[in-house]
Amino acid sequence: MSDVDQAATSSAPVAPGAPLTGVRAPGAAPVGGAPLGRKAYSGGRRWEFLYFAVRNKKLVLGLGVEIIFVLAAIIGPYFAPYPPKQFVAPAFLHPSAKHLFGTSYFGQDVFSLLLYSLRNSYLVGFLGAAFAGVIGLGIGFIAGWRGGWLDEILQTFTYIVVMIPSLVLLIVIGAYLKSHSAFFEGVFIGVTTWPWVARAVRAQTFTLRQRDFVDLARLSGKRGPAIVLKDIAPNMASYILLAFILLFGSSMLIAVNYDFLGLGPTSGISLGDMLNLAELWSGLQLHLWWWFIPPGAAMTIMVAALLVANVGLDEVFNPKLRET
Amino acid sequence: MTRYFARKIGLYILAFWAGVTIDWAIPRLMPGNPIEAYLARFSLNSQGSWTALYKLFSKAFGYNLPLWDQYWHYWDNLFHGNLGISIYAFPEKVTTMVAQAAPYTLALLVPAIVLSYVLGNRIGAIAARRKILDNTVLPLGYLFQAMPYAWLALAAAFYLAQLERWFPVQGGSAVGIASGFTWAYIWGLVSHWFLPFLTVFLVSFGGWSIGMRNLVIYELETDYARYLRALGARSRLVRRYAYRNAVLPQLSGLALALGTVIGGNIVTEVVFQYPGLGHLIYIAATDQDYSLLQGIFIFIIAGVLVANFLIDIVYIVIDPRTRLSMQGAVA
Repeated sequence: MSDVDQAATSSAPVAPGAPLTGVRAPGAAPVGGAPLGRKAYSGGRRWEFLYFAVRNKKLVLGLGVEIIFVLAAIIGPYFAPYPPKQFVAPAFLHPSAKHLFGTSYFGQDVFSLLLYSLRNSYLVGFLGAAFAGVIGLGIGFIAGWRGGWLDEILQTFTYIVVMIPSLVLLIVIGAYLKSHSAFFEGVFIGVTTWPWVARAVRAQTFTLRQRDFVDLARLSGKRGPAIVLKDIAPNMASYILLAFILLFGSSMLIAVNYDFLGLGPTSGISLGDMLNLAELWSGLQLHLWWWFIPPGAAMTIMVAALLVANVGLDEVFNPKLRET
Repeated sequence: MTRYFARKIGLYILAFWAGVTIDWAIPRLMPGNPIEAYLARFSLNSQGSWTALYKLFSKAFGYNLPLWDQYWHYWDNLFHGNLGISIYAFPEKVTTMVAQAAPYTLALLVPAIVLSYVLGNRIGAIAARRKILDNTVLPLGYLFQAMPYAWLALAAAFYLAQLERWFPVQGGSAVGIASGFTWAYIWGLVSHWFLPFLTVFLVSFGGWSIGMRNLVIYELETDYARYLRALGARSRLVRRYAYRNAVLPQLSGLALALGTVIGGNIVTEVVFQYPGLGHLIYIAATDQDYSLLQGIFIFIIAGVLVANFLIDIVYIVIDPRTRLSMQGAVA
């Protein structure tokens, strides 16, 4: 596209404009890595990552916390003390043993509501990350591999998608479209957040395709798509995994903002929707902090755990970051 | 120079065209008919008056014309500065409403974006070489990144405004004080402005400082930095070069983030009931005021593009390579 953007993406394929920053350029310097085991690793190559993974405190901590929340999302509703959206107790009850997070303006049990809401958050996060990942990878690979005019067109397209504020677009669409599903929300997030993945993947494909092993693959008569998938993609497998984790977290966060504005799933069971109702029904003025603090705190822990695990994974994949 | 700008401006025109076309197409592609939705507000009880009014409004809004003509008229009106009339605040013009709301949004976003970017870069660069700062700023930055913005704003409004009463909770200016160039009025404006500003600032600040820290560490390991050190340059000098190089990707990151920041502003203004464009578009959406909605959409896209253009100019100023390549030299 332009000199400016090329300079930006090729010097360091970090995506500072991404909703979440955290993926470091491959080959970046060691950064405060957690001290790992004293003994140097001496096993086979296959178990190498696993060896470092289980010894990385950040990864173990982040993944552990995340697994607890995922389990809560999956089995939580079966153990929820009350049905989520029904009047089960007097309104405005303070947190107590009977109602762990108190009750809302409508006499709903906030703890049960929270347990039911986790599922939608993870579902939307996963869908958003999956769609953004697939579109971003596809466009990045094609633009980086083919180059030339196709690259120009795809980059211009990416640029235009970046320029149009997705939240504003969703508000305009939401004014016309009366009912959404969690699926729609996830797809919409995916369709609007792929550009930074595409830019980073394009930049990396660009540098990788000039390597000798790619030339050899070409000489062997392999076709383009096969080279991209079999020779180029594996070289950025770790980057793709890290980007997916960041996309997952940012999709969940974006969904909270959408739901907060009343643009979320019409079923109305989500963390952002709890915030929305608390705001609309004067939860602030009535000092019902147990209504709107828990959903945001849960989301913060869920995303923070992903970020911590992401930093840990980065150290596992990148030998330069290991301190053995 | 002209080639660079011609290219950039071409890109902006293309983006603007895409934005306006999307804006025009959404009401026409979506299920449901805006005129039917509008007519639902009238309590009509006979089919005859319904069809009569339907025809009248179709004609008034130009929905009876062929699509191509509608598209053409849309652009024609846009170039005459005519964005239509609001339904929610009838008969106020959309352009007047936008002009009233825009100063609030600009006063909120421009300082928040610029200050968080400048300070975030500085602090991030220092964090890259000071262990103490690195161990405090970095986790805090990640924490702010992990928080849902709507929640952070709600929690801030609850604690600082509702419980501690340091700031007014909602609104854009003090109630019951006549607007004018008086201390009381200006103080009202500032005290209402501070909390929304603070939350936007904190969130963006965390992102920029983390990005800068990582970039500076990356730059300090490059060949030119090693070479400088090998020559015996003082680390201050090496860091200054690293900083200047790291600022460039950060600046294009800023250009990329603008759409997100300006869109996210809607949440800020809704939480604090701040009377800017974000709040206005939210009202327009909930009140199904379609012409207001579409007018603000165009205005916001134009704002993003203008901000991008300004960043392009800054880029040329701080990156000598862009300037040189424009003058025909090879960087």
